[in-house]
Amino acid sequence: MSLITLAAPTPHAAPRSGFLWRLLRRPSGVVGLLLLAAIIAVAASAPLLYPDDPLDMVAQPFLWPGQDAAYPLGTDMMGRDIASGIFHGARVSLLIGAVAASVSLLIGTATGALAGYYGGRTDAALMRVTELFQTIPPFLFALAIVAILQPSIPTITLAIGITAWPSLARLVRAEVLKLRNGELVQASIALGAGDLRIIVLHILPNTLAPIIVSASILVASAILTESSLAFLGLGDPNVVSWGGMVGAGREVLRTDWYIATLPGLAIVVAVLALNLLGDGLNDALDPKGERRA
Amino acid sequence: MAALAHLRRGFVQIAFVVLGIAIINFFLLRLAPGDAAQVMAGEAGSATPEYMAALRRQFGLDQPLHVQFFSYLKNVLTLNLGYSFRQGLPVSELIAHRVGPTLLLMGASIGFAITVGGTLGFLAARHAGKAADTIISILALLFYATPVFWVGVMLVVVFSVALDWLPVGGMITIEAGHTGLAYAWDVAQHLVLPTLTLGLFYLAIYTRLMRASMLEVYGQDFVRTARAKGVRAHRIAVRHVLRNALLPIVTTLGVQLGSVLGGAILVETVFSWPGLGRLAFEALFQRDLNLLLGILFCSSIVVVLINLAVDVIYTLLDPRISLGGTP
Repeated sequence: MSLITLAAPTPHAAPRSGFLWRLLRRPSGVVGLLLLAAIIAVAASAPLLYPDDPLDMVAQPFLWPGQDAAYPLGTDMMGRDIASGIFHGARVSLLIGAVAASVSLLIGTATGALAGYYGGRTDAALMRVTELFQTIPPFLFALAIVAILQPSIPTITLAIGITAWPSLARLVRAEVLKLRNGELVQASIALGAGDLRIIVLHILPNTLAPIIVSASILVASAILTESSLAFLGLGDPNVVSWGGMVGAGREVLRTDWYIATLPGLAIVVAVLALNLLGDGLNDALDPKGERRA
Repeated sequence: MAALAHLRRGFVQIAFVVLGIAIINFFLLRLAPGDAAQVMAGEAGSATPEYMAALRRQFGLDQPLHVQFFSYLKNVLTLNLGYSFRQGLPVSELIAHRVGPTLLLMGASIGFAITVGGTLGFLAARHAGKAADTIISILALLFYATPVFWVGVMLVVVFSVALDWLPVGGMITIEAGHTGLAYAWDVAQHLVLPTLTLGLFYLAIYTRLMRASMLEVYGQDFVRTARAKGVRAHRIAVRHVLRNALLPIVTTLGVQLGSVLGGAILVETVFSWPGLGRLAFEALFQRDLNLLLGILFCSSIVVVLINLAVDVIYTLLDPRISLGGTP
């Protein structure tokens, strides 16, 4: 499925029906895209605007936001520049969020597709495993994995990825079950197509819409989980993380609450952007929604 | 009897979860640096050499992998989760002490999220497309995007530090030595901020769910019939729509228990609430990995048990749901 189908000139009075157009017509889609673009710009400009290590002490500690024009968001109790931390933190959050969500997407889609396609014992066994992963509190599970493997960007990403897939697996399974006995798949079987070919070429492309929506939500929740781990002290010690900044700021909450507040706002904006985008995508990709609009 | 069959299915499920988590824990222990005995004793030589030798024997660390696994499983099944040298108590005893406060916090938060979230979702659906709906939906989106730990920190700044209305943390005022009603009131005051913190995220979920669920029921034929009969709008909303819209909420509750428990870890850490989550944080801080895995094990069992209870209540509430049916 091509993401941009606006290229073909549309007949005069007919409403434009391209995917991007539909996304841009929803307030949630527009706001989500704009916020996400802003975060990506922040992440991309971090090394240009703040070439130094954000963990370095650069000024006197406890500078309040606005007190010194050189440090617009102030400095923390160690004299580190909070603005630099937020800019560099965006890179870490987006990186871990995107890669962890890809891991979840891979496991969840494969499990759901196999369970839905083969049914019977395969389905029962895979769903049992899915249920197991849903029963183990995901955050506690991720925490245990990171604690045991030692916190670093790869272990954190992996831990989030392998604990976040069950709901996607259920979703994909339900979609595949709907298609499994449909004419398209039956015709392919009659033509002698192999299982893998049917799953990859005929079934998955038709379940793409809910998967794309889930991807956006998965990135959002991966960012939340990463910040929560870092808040508890399980962040990669060599990079700056928004959650870790909030955790450090807790120590001086009574007097200098801005240190814990500002990075938290950054998390809210990032997660909000991805959730809004998910909502917008959901409306834009849902054919029923299109008819209603 | 159907209820018995249902319970039997529940026990099979518990057995499977116990086995599954035992496997996962076993491999996690093996992934940790050092051998399992070192991990179980807590690193940095806090255990005696005799205890280490006994552990190695007990877990048969010189034996082949499958033998090691079965002896691990045997220990888990007899609820022998090891001994925490850091805390000076057996792991199972430590966990038993801490389950109560966590269940109290979870119960209060879920209750808050369902009542307030349900009401907001109800109002949003009643006024779909109007200003009230927009405001409620935006609030829900914001709460849904806000990290639990940050909400906790901000509530402390406002209500404990700036306004000084509520305690910063803990479950009781230790020095006060309250009993009876005064004790309950004291705990209730300590419970307010943690409940709000954990509850706001789920409030957002239930608001959105309730709204969507109500709008779906509104589109059904029997609602149109009721309207055609001249039933008043408010009565339709409450008697016809709300009742039917409640079902998906109960279903979601079961799916989210594990996630609520995970959120409790963060909330308990922020508010020093003496539950499982706080214990997990202490274990993490002291690198007491065996205690951490014991908590992972027990909290999963708690999730299965609550789910089982919810299932039974569910079937009592709605006679249409058949017991033991395939999903």
